[in-house]
Amino acid sequence: MSSTTPLLDVAGLTKHFPVKGGFPIRRTIGAVQAVDGLDFQVAEGESLGLVGESGCGKSTTGRLITRLLEPTAGKISYRGQDITHAGRKDLAPIRSEIQMIFQDPYASLNPRQTVGKIISGPMEINNIKPEGGREKRVRELLEIVGLNPEHYNRFPHEFSGGQRQRIGVARALALEPKLIVADEPVSALDVSIQAQVVNLLQQLQRDLGIAFVFIAHDLAVVRHFSQRVAVMYLGKIVEIADRDDLYGNPRHPYTRALLSAVPEATADETPARERIRLVGDVPSPISPPSGCRFRTRCWKATDKCASEAPPLVQVEGNKPGHLTACHYPETADTVPSPHLTKDPEAAA
Amino acid sequence: MSTPFLSIRDLRVHFGTEDGVVKAVDGLSFDLEKGRTLGIVGESGSGKSVTNLAVLGLHDPRNTKLDGEILLDGKELITASEREMEQLRGNKMSMIFQDALASLSPYHTIGAQIGETYRKHTGASKRVARARAIEMLRRVGIPQPDMRVDDYPHQFSGGMRQRAMIAMALVCDPELLIADEPTTALDVTVQAQIMDLLKDLQQEFGTAIIFITHDLGVIADIADDVLVMYGGRCVEKGTKQEVLRTPEHPYTLGLLGSMPSLDGPVDVPLSPIPGAPPSLLNPPSGCRFHPRCTFAEKVPGDLCSTEQPALKLTDGRGSACHLTPEQKRELFADYATARTN
Repeated sequence: MSSTTPLLDVAGLTKHFPVKGGFPIRRTIGAVQAVDGLDFQVAEGESLGLVGESGCGKSTTGRLITRLLEPTAGKISYRGQDITHAGRKDLAPIRSEIQMIFQDPYASLNPRQTVGKIISGPMEINNIKPEGGREKRVRELLEIVGLNPEHYNRFPHEFSGGQRQRIGVARALALEPKLIVADEPVSALDVSIQAQVVNLLQQLQRDLGIAFVFIAHDLAVVRHFSQRVAVMYLGKIVEIADRDDLYGNPRHPYTRALLSAVPEATADETPARERIRLVGDVPSPISPPSGCRFRTRCWKATDKCASEAPPLVQVEGNKPGHLTACHYPETADTVPSPHLTKDPEAAA
Repeated sequence: MSTPFLSIRDLRVHFGTEDGVVKAVDGLSFDLEKGRTLGIVGESGSGKSVTNLAVLGLHDPRNTKLDGEILLDGKELITASEREMEQLRGNKMSMIFQDALASLSPYHTIGAQIGETYRKHTGASKRVARARAIEMLRRVGIPQPDMRVDDYPHQFSGGMRQRAMIAMALVCDPELLIADEPTTALDVTVQAQIMDLLKDLQQEFGTAIIFITHDLGVIADIADDVLVMYGGRCVEKGTKQEVLRTPEHPYTLGLLGSMPSLDGPVDVPLSPIPGAPPSLLNPPSGCRFHPRCTFAEKVPGDLCSTEQPALKLTDGRGSACHLTPEQKRELFADYATARTN
């Protein structure tokens, strides 16, 4: 990282959700360790992609950054200012700079409000009176996201899924944010529409210099959109790097397996990456494996992996900024043998 | 040419609704041989799921009008009685749905649900059915099947539920398996497991598979032949290699251009298809894709908006488009060079 303060600085971010149980007195009997000690930064105007499978904590991370959830531990700094436990008043000016785009364009828009009302909502709440009035600004925003400004008085049900997502984007832009947390913004859309929205977001990032935390499970979409990418597994970042390093030289076995599992739309008989068959499922975040959390599905795991959690560091052979949390990082010529993959359930 | 195992001719599925007639499928024809996998690609509302519900006879007869011909192993299904269909469903043909949790009963054990299908079609005893269920769970790769057979669906993970549903679909060794987006709700690593499983099972039993998906990457992985649907019609058909390497319909080209890849250039924007999928209540005139087609202006006159292009097939390969082959070669050339690099 350079000497300038990053826009967003997250250190040791942790969120545990209590699990209640017992009768007749309900008490906390455990915790879902949704996010466990994340460290990352987002520079101004940069897009950081967060990828991982369901339950890896990527959405929780997004909600922690926007302070929709209260962190259990760790620190979130925005422009050097600690906002981890900031109260409503302190957060108010920052909230307008950090906005969110949600996954489901059907659930995230109030069906009883017009588009104009939805998009001007953030301005009303923050008592912002743009030059020329709010309506003029809303019309501008509609134009920016590629909708007809004449649709100001329409209701969400009159729009298709892709258009609704554009309304969500316009709402996020209303306060001229510096950082947008986009939680699976295109995964509910049809393929041909996905590309429209991805292009729109990319154009906004370039033209308006907005930084993004882009949360998605689709590795190809993340690659297209993000300059830097973090791969999460069971609440931890296992690898973080510049796009080209991560996709070109994945060092963590999980990153490699994940990339190899993505089906590519080519008719070539020999796939670009040898398919690594991971056996079994992601373990429960209530009682994650000791040491490295990926070890139960990893074909290279040893006793060391069970006893010692690998730190997220620049392992040998990595470029600066490329961090990997693995005791036995992959090298370009390692060809993993699928037969060595352990079956955790059969062994149990 | 031998008679195909499944043959669909000019299938039309129309729903009566308050607002008018929805032409969900409008003149669809295809054949499927045993041991082959046909991938059907299309976006929401393209008619891909409706086609297959019609094959299985799972449509609502009160508001649905079926026309055309569905021949399964020489037997006409459209005119078949509900009783005859019951004989075939789960036995000769079966289906895997997208949402495994919603498709399994939460009140019955996995074993009972797999066994039920088997008992119905073979008249086997409960004990035999249970043994068969354990055998099926083992086959789809569930660890400790003799223990897990008594579990309820909520005790299974997403991937395991999908496996259990595959076990249920295959319990009577069906000859036709319809998989409707079976991996869409799953994570990529689990998706890879399920697709490998389907391929292995097909090799073992020679099942004919119809695989419905919106993901061309999944198609590239599993299908032998591809049928691209748009607005209730087939717009392009061919082998997987033909369709992915040299697409002939602007829609297929657009779909491929919309997809970011893991290796391609990142600095160029994606080339999405403008507009949104058509309403099937009053679909566009002529070619249903013409309002979104970037090449429509290259066709002389207003042919695209007035006349519906016919699906011209030679040896099962072709597309429904007014562009001439020469025009396509010229217009799609950029795409071809981008793909081969």
